Amino acid sequence: MELQFSLALGVLTTCGVYLLLRARTFSVILGLTLLSHAVNLFLFSTGRLTTGAPPIVGLVAESADPLPQALVLTAIVISFAMTAFVVVLALKAAVELRNDHVDGEDPDEDRL
Amino acid sequence: MNHLVILPILIPLIAGASLLLVYRYKTGRQRSISVTSTLLLTVLGGWALFTAGSGEHLLYHPGNWPAPFGIVLVLDRLSALMLALTAGLALFCVLYACRGIDRQGAHFHALFQFQLAGINGAFLTGDLFNLFVFFEVLLIASYALLLHGGGRARSRAGLHYVIINLVGSALFLMALGILYGLTGTLNMADLAIAIANTGDGDRALLTGASMLLLVVFGIKAAILPLLFWLPRAYSAASAPVAALFAIMTKVGIYAIIRVFLLVFGLGDSPANATAWAWIWPLALLTLALGGVGVLGSASLRTKTAYLVIVSVGTLLATLSFMTTTSLAAALFYLIHSTCMTAVFFLLADLVGRHREQGYDGFTGISPVAHRWLLGTLFLVAAVSLAGLPPFSGFVSKLWILQATTGEDLGFWLWAVLLAASLLTITAVSRAGSSWFWKPGELSAPAEPLDRSCFALVWLMTGVSIVLSLLAEPVGQYLLLTAEQLHAPEHYVQAVLPEAFSHYLSQLQETAP
Amino acid sequence: MALALVIFLPLLGALLPALNREANTRSLALLATLPVAFSFLILLSLAPAVLDGQTLIRELAWAPSLGLSFALRLDALGLLFALLITGIGGLILLYARYYFDGKAAAARFYTLILLFMAAMLGIVLSENLLVMLVFWELTSLVSFLLIGFTSDKSRARRGARMSLVITGGGGLLLLAGLVLLGQIVGSYQLSDVLAAGEQIKGHAHYPLILCLVLLGAFTKSAQFPFHLWLPHAMAAPTPVSAYLHSATMVKAGLFLMARLHPALADTELWFTLVTLTGMLTLMVGAFVAMFMHDMKGLLAYSTISHLGLITLLLGLGTPAAMSAALFHLVCHALFKAPLFMMAGYVDQITGTRDMRNINGLWRYMPALMVLSGISAAAMAGLPLMSGYLSKQMLMTESLQVTAPLWAIGVIPVWVTLAGLFSVAYSIRIFHNVFFNGRPVDLPKWPPQAPRPMALLPIALPVLASLYIGLMPAQVYDHLVHPAVDAARQLSLPTVDFSSLGADSRLLIMSLAAMFGGLLFYLARKPLFRIHSRLPEVDAKEIFDWVLRKAINLARKRVYQLENGSLQRYLAFLILTTITLVGLAVMKVPAWRGDVALTPPDLLTTGGTLILALSAIGVVLLHHQRLRALIMVGVTGLFVTLTFARFSAPDLALTQLSVEVMAVVIMMLALSFLPQESPKESSNRRRGRDLLLASIAGLGVSLLCFAVLTRPQDSISGFFLANSLSGGGGTNVVNVILVDFRGFDTLGEITVLGIAAVAVFAFTGELHLKERVAGNQDSLWVAEPYPVILSMVSRIVLPIALLVSAYIFLRGHNLPGGGFIAGLITAVALTLQYMSGGLVWAQERMLTHFRPLIGGGILIATATGLGSWLFGHPFLTSTFGHMNWPILGEFELASALLFDLGVYTTVVGSTLLILANLGKLMTVAGPGQEVG
Repeated sequence: MELQFSLALGVLTTCGVYLLLRARTFSVILGLTLLSHAVNLFLFSTGRLTTGAPPIVGLVAESADPLPQALVLTAIVISFAMTAFVVVLALKAAVELRNDHVDGEDPDEDRL
Repeated sequence: MNHLVILPILIPLIAGASLLLVYRYKTGRQRSISVTSTLLLTVLGGWALFTAGSGEHLLYHPGNWPAPFGIVLVLDRLSALMLALTAGLALFCVLYACRGIDRQGAHFHALFQFQLAGINGAFLTGDLFNLFVFFEVLLIASYALLLHGGGRARSRAGLHYVIINLVGSALFLMALGILYGLTGTLNMADLAIAIANTGDGDRALLTGASMLLLVVFGIKAAILPLLFWLPRAYSAASAPVAALFAIMTKVGIYAIIRVFLLVFGLGDSPANATAWAWIWPLALLTLALGGVGVLGSASLRTKTAYLVIVSVGTLLATLSFMTTTSLAAALFYLIHSTCMTAVFFLLADLVGRHREQGYDGFTGISPVAHRWLLGTLFLVAAVSLAGLPPFSGFVSKLWILQATTGEDLGFWLWAVLLAASLLTITAVSRAGSSWFWKPGELSAPAEPLDRSCFALVWLMTGVSIVLSLLAEPVGQYLLLTAEQLHAPEHYVQAVLPEAFSHYLSQLQETAP
Repeated sequence: MALALVIFLPLLGALLPALNREANTRSLALLATLPVAFSFLILLSLAPAVLDGQTLIRELAWAPSLGLSFALRLDALGLLFALLITGIGGLILLYARYYFDGKAAAARFYTLILLFMAAMLGIVLSENLLVMLVFWELTSLVSFLLIGFTSDKSRARRGARMSLVITGGGGLLLLAGLVLLGQIVGSYQLSDVLAAGEQIKGHAHYPLILCLVLLGAFTKSAQFPFHLWLPHAMAAPTPVSAYLHSATMVKAGLFLMARLHPALADTELWFTLVTLTGMLTLMVGAFVAMFMHDMKGLLAYSTISHLGLITLLLGLGTPAAMSAALFHLVCHALFKAPLFMMAGYVDQITGTRDMRNINGLWRYMPALMVLSGISAAAMAGLPLMSGYLSKQMLMTESLQVTAPLWAIGVIPVWVTLAGLFSVAYSIRIFHNVFFNGRPVDLPKWPPQAPRPMALLPIALPVLASLYIGLMPAQVYDHLVHPAVDAARQLSLPTVDFSSLGADSRLLIMSLAAMFGGLLFYLARKPLFRIHSRLPEVDAKEIFDWVLRKAINLARKRVYQLENGSLQRYLAFLILTTITLVGLAVMKVPAWRGDVALTPPDLLTTGGTLILALSAIGVVLLHHQRLRALIMVGVTGLFVTLTFARFSAPDLALTQLSVEVMAVVIMMLALSFLPQESPKESSNRRRGRDLLLASIAGLGVSLLCFAVLTRPQDSISGFFLANSLSGGGGTNVVNVILVDFRGFDTLGEITVLGIAAVAVFAFTGELHLKERVAGNQDSLWVAEPYPVILSMVSRIVLPIALLVSAYIFLRGHNLPGGGFIAGLITAVALTLQYMSGGLVWAQERMLTHFRPLIGGGILIATATGLGSWLFGHPFLTSTFGHMNWPILGEFELASALLFDLGVYTTVVGSTLLILANLGKLMTVAGPGQEVG
């Protein structure tokens, strides 16, 4: 199980990083989303992979590690906030820089 | 259990939230809330310096759960120092902003307060995941502040800054995952023990995690090759924001110190050595690049942005000698450089407002109004910044040189540092003379000088003089701080007495 | 105390002119002269004791641990210089009173000159080397300001910058040298350093230190090749040139060499370096001076040459040489200052400084002619003049040299040659200015002789110089001799001046110099012609050119790195990470840990497979954005399933609701962006990126695998054990979020809130009228609000609210909680917006969103603060069970209140973001505030 899981994460990361390096804000945002998926899954998995044992007292004897779940929940929320922010920012940039290239139409126009 | 410890986080948090609640308030009342909160923080900073001066670690357990299970806040000399510095700087910035810049966009003060909450949280927390959370708080706030005032330059710089830091956050989580996955804990002190106890099988993995952290903090601290977002971001930000950002790079450096002197500092962790082995050359290159950038940049704000880079390089290079004195000297320089770069961001704005064209650029003749008043201020500030006597710049440079004399690699730092200083002198003298000496008649009658901004910048410059006059007491405090940092076991013992004594007993067993 | 006053009086005095800018020149001069006069008198009062060989030391602690202390020292050497500084300074102030008569800038001049005087006194009176350096740099700085005094002249600005860069750079090197010195000796106090001469010279760093210190001294004292800044410093007003750049500041370097003589001198290296530099400077200065047509230029170069001469003597290093050096230093100050002042007057009177035009002024200003004549004669070193004696001493010394071999023959000849030139240019400045026919078209005509009183500052030093010339022994024995003792820290025999010149070789040398010089001058016309054919080199131009080139180069290089391309920065970031982490984990002995793998089952394998495939799908489709977005949705869905599969119901719920929100937001945004991403990156670029990405992915896989297959004992047992008893909830994850690590959650909702407020803030002024390039369809604005949707949404709303309330309340014990509930509410309300439209919904909203955010954070914080009332730390939770109607037994925990804060913030934030995104695309458009 661990092997497949790790490989899946690897693929997620690869795709995320590749999109991250593209030139258009939209692709970059997609990349960031995939990357955060990968990272969240990884952080989650550090509690080890256990099936059918949700960490609820009295439900099962040997339940999964709750801490990483809590951490990931926080991480998910934060990355949601960040995604929302960056999406709107990208929109703003696209309008103001007349182009949705990550550097706008002309990177040097306001070089100080 | 001293509730004062958590106030540096709560006060700005409450202030910020209240500012949202009463968003209909007139600017005046919003300002008063913001300034009051910042004043309180300054007072708290003084208290923290005084209390932590005794050398004990003040603990606070939010939720009243014992470490390592609950989150713990730790106030030691370093965090006290950073809190005080931040508060003082913030006070100047917020007052400067109150002169009108805060009106250029919505919710400046709320965001400003949240920013402070994040920074202070990062300085206080003793839990690695909590550090991540506070990093996010201060980052999202800084994104917003950077965009304050709008404009193309800010959008572009902001977009780059945000995206790069989002990647940084992802790396941070990776590192946390590895650390938790191998040690099963998040508390810094607990991690320190766990890492010190790790068998050789896992050490390399832990080092890998530490490298991830180094990259994350490297982005914040702006070390080569992760610093290219900085010049545009800092020069695009509005003056008080840029001035406050002077502390942001230092947050990264603080984190580096914390993590590598505490979390990986107990026992003989290979991560520590590896990290500094990387930091040393990179810092020197950063310093060199910064110097060249200072010479090459075409506006005062960009110049100052590169001066920030110079300061980062100097700091990290000095730190990497890992001696008590070098650490203390670096901290002294940290205080100095933070104040002076902030002064220059504000100064650039002040001068820029009184120039006819080319806001704060150096190209072409653009007469400055009030050239003698502003010129004198610029001169004094420049002298301190360039590390000429008798200001704090000179003292800190002197101390750094002294602290690194004995070292084998000291020569390199000397060479690069002195070269960078010469470049700075050249650049700044050119800037000043081309601004305040070039003739040119104002076409329009000059608008009156903003007295309070002028006074504020003077006051901040005065800090530099005071700092150099108080070099002895400050230096002593910093030496004690450095000693405390070089003795992580005290920190660990304060946070986790039992675990630490158990760790010691294990050491005794393995020793013979 | 008295000693400190010597420095502080001018320092405070500097304020006086600054404060009375409007006062006329006379009263300004008076104001300025007072403190200087006092300092001078104090020095005189201290003189007797000092000249008896005492050394006064006063100390005031500054930063002992850094070796910094305000320590002052007055010995004969310091006294000699201090008297020169204050004495000549006084004359200059007097002179300036006439030079600046009725000029507005006078006040600024007096302020700066007093400031400089204080700094200069500081240099010569410091006991602490570092404090001396402080004053040293200060003089450089003031000199910079004074050279740039007439700041509207470009040559003034450039000259100033040049001098600052050269002397400032020298200062930095000196700093390095002194720090090394202090580290060796273990103290920066002069007394200790001077006592530790042997130790220093024995140290491995000695050559380095010597070079650094000497470089500092040479730059300051304009020694070859650093002399270039001095001629350009002549852009300064003449009083400045006379004082800083002839009498005092340029002597600071010489002073330093004399001061540190016991610590550094008397070695082969010292002799070679100093003597050679001195010889070169002496010759270059003297030679160039001869061909200068500008009076001040000639004087500047002659100053350089005299400085070189003194350096040469210091290099020879014998006691007698040292005394000759100091003696000549005094003489030079006394005959050079008057000549400068003369030049200044002539410049003002005739309006030019070119000696080809200024001729035959003796008719108009005979008195000035006489005074200048005497000074020029002294400079030429004619018999019975002060300069004669010092030249004799120099020649004597040059003959005393016995080692090294090269020096024995060379130095005497060299000295004679230099003497020849100095005679020549002395004659020239005198003869050209006052005789040599009649004036040639002067800008100002007819020339007015300066007032008699104005000649006083010239007359006094001339008289002094004459006095020395007539009875040198007086001055020598009482002033120079003790100074030399102080400098060398040993006593030496007195010199018998009557015996000077007895040596026949000396006679030949000086005669040769004199008549050679005369002949050289007579032959000047052809020489000038030859010289004029030589290429003209202007150091200032070269310096500026180099600097500009350097700046442009720096700019280019930096811009090449910091080129504003995010893609490049990210590539750097990824590459750095890969390198650092990669090299670190190279050493991992075995990736596969010793924990047994859990057997793979079909379901999970399939899930992960689809997860991976959907991610790849995103990459493949990323040019068609809508499809890519849908694929991302799929990925998110399978992430959710993975959470659910591996027993994390809370995560699954959260991920699901977040995913919905995120996709909605991206959809909205996408409607404004081009629907396609152009294929713009080259294959090489794609290959590079793919490589980076794959390495990164591989790394993550390996790390994850390594971690998952290793044993771990985590702190989680505690949470499972204490969740119910301590936190009052069975859903451990939720209890961790609101209780154990509630502090994290507080930060987390703050982040969400800030994000929302930030979105509100920066979309405020955003105008989407001008659409993004390449986007044709504008369906969002065109589309009216669909009826069905609105119907549905209005039915859905109450149900959704009920559901969220339920999920909220049960969250503490079963999967759910404030965050998820908040998102569900938000979705429901968003539906209203989408269906009913902004205005419609806005009217029906009970409150705005920002107060919700602020309120939410405040509720959470207040819950935490509540525990203070019970003496517990922030966020300590309490709980109790109670019976609710209908819903049955529900437990009421303070954590629930905290969760309410979370809920409120989430609702507020999400709606604020969506509403503002929506605002951008409704007709309501920008301008009007939403939320």
